[in-house]
Amino acid sequence: MSRIVLTGIGLTSPNGNNLQDYRNNLLAGVSGVQDYEIRYVGKTLAGICDFDALKHQNRREIRRGTRAGSIAIYCCNEAIANSQIDWEQVDHARTGIYLGVTEHGNVETENEIYELSQFDYDVSVWNHFHNPRTVANNPAGEAALNMEITGPHYTIGAACAAGNSGLIQGAQMLQLGQCDVALAGGVSESIHTFGIFASFKSQGALAQHPVAKEASRPFDVDRTGIVVSEGGCVYVLERLDDALARGARIYGELVGYAINTDATDFVLPNPERQSQCVQLALDRAGITAADVDILSTHATGTKSGDIQEIAGLRRVFQGNSNCCVNNTKSFIGHTMGAAGALELAGNLPAFDDNICHATINVDQLDEECAMDGLVLNQPKTLESVDYIVNNSFGMLGINSTVVIKKFVS
Amino acid sequence: MTPAEIRDAVLAILNTINPDEDLSSLDDEKEFRDQLEMDSMDFLDIVMELRKRYRVQVPEEDYDNLVSMNKTVAYLEPKMKDISA
Repeated sequence: MSRIVLTGIGLTSPNGNNLQDYRNNLLAGVSGVQDYEIRYVGKTLAGICDFDALKHQNRREIRRGTRAGSIAIYCCNEAIANSQIDWEQVDHARTGIYLGVTEHGNVETENEIYELSQFDYDVSVWNHFHNPRTVANNPAGEAALNMEITGPHYTIGAACAAGNSGLIQGAQMLQLGQCDVALAGGVSESIHTFGIFASFKSQGALAQHPVAKEASRPFDVDRTGIVVSEGGCVYVLERLDDALARGARIYGELVGYAINTDATDFVLPNPERQSQCVQLALDRAGITAADVDILSTHATGTKSGDIQEIAGLRRVFQGNSNCCVNNTKSFIGHTMGAAGALELAGNLPAFDDNICHATINVDQLDEECAMDGLVLNQPKTLESVDYIVNNSFGMLGINSTVVIKKFVS
Repeated sequence: MTPAEIRDAVLAILNTINPDEDLSSLDDEKEFRDQLEMDSMDFLDIVMELRKRYRVQVPEEDYDNLVSMNKTVAYLEPKMKDISA
């Protein structure tokens, strides 16, 4: 089986539009959560991205497409630029796009129905762009159109495990020989649908806090729920031999991964299945928990979700005090389909600087969320970082874990 | 609306559809497609915006009347003459 490496990163996060700015803000404790208002729900909180969409699209294209499409286009173009691959010489028919999404189409459908309501529900004003905007492959398809990529493109619907799932799909397609360059990761436009806010609110799982930057607080005893965010993160994946042949900068090697399913509940997590997912990924990487230097948690700031994840992780990592455990959502909120990919990206520079960024906003740790190695409020410097494990879990009980190894030539 | 006001209305719609397009040198005789970046979806946008902004219906068999500014204004004049600018 071919070895797969990460050779480029393009991202937009509520606290940074490239890896360097994003990393700097994670180390400096800078949150990207802001006050936000959306129709019907009113005032709430969200992680909002301010990338320059006009960098890779004109205004006609932006009007036609979706926010998720613009995020995908930005991230894919930036990833290719970051990889320093000779894009003109790359066979675009041998390039694939695999983007994870938590959901797609809610934003566009809500907008159209709102528009209908302004015209007495006359369906003749229903927009002819509705179908291309809402097909499930839209974000990946818009990126393919923008970059004239003619290889395979699609999205992977995997709830909030989608960012990792996109990465895994890209790696598998490279290993199957279906493409030579994979653009893989995840995107989310979820802050533009009121439904996601309203549904979390009805579930008692929407964060509320008078200070926006303190609203996303996984593991803290006063956490109130999820901060919904938009974002995107796309990796350039290549087979190791191809990357070495062109002298690529290698951010890390994907040495293990796993996806499994709880099969127990619509929304409540299952710590036993989560721990099995993590263990399976470690087994496939050929390592044990004792080898892991940084563990990036999924925790979203809900009462039960955080406790259940830690319960699952304790089963795997108990007694392994060398492993540093952090949470990136405390800075950027929950970027949904992008979360797994973005949270991994925030940790990858640790291979170079040996620093584990913290989980911020933990004023009083919930004892039920305590585990060895939690890095709280201030970054921690390690002797070395050789393995990063990244968790992403989602509704309907989908769990995903990836294991990235520092690449040493 | 007068023909000049209808022309302004169509210009405003074209500007909405493609805000980056320079419409100042538009030749009213020439077909839109020959001087602007437009495809079939953009023409559907013109029809949609006329419907939304002015409640003007353009049936599919009449789409050929929207090929240039002069033809568009001439086609819309009887439909929009009683609409206030």
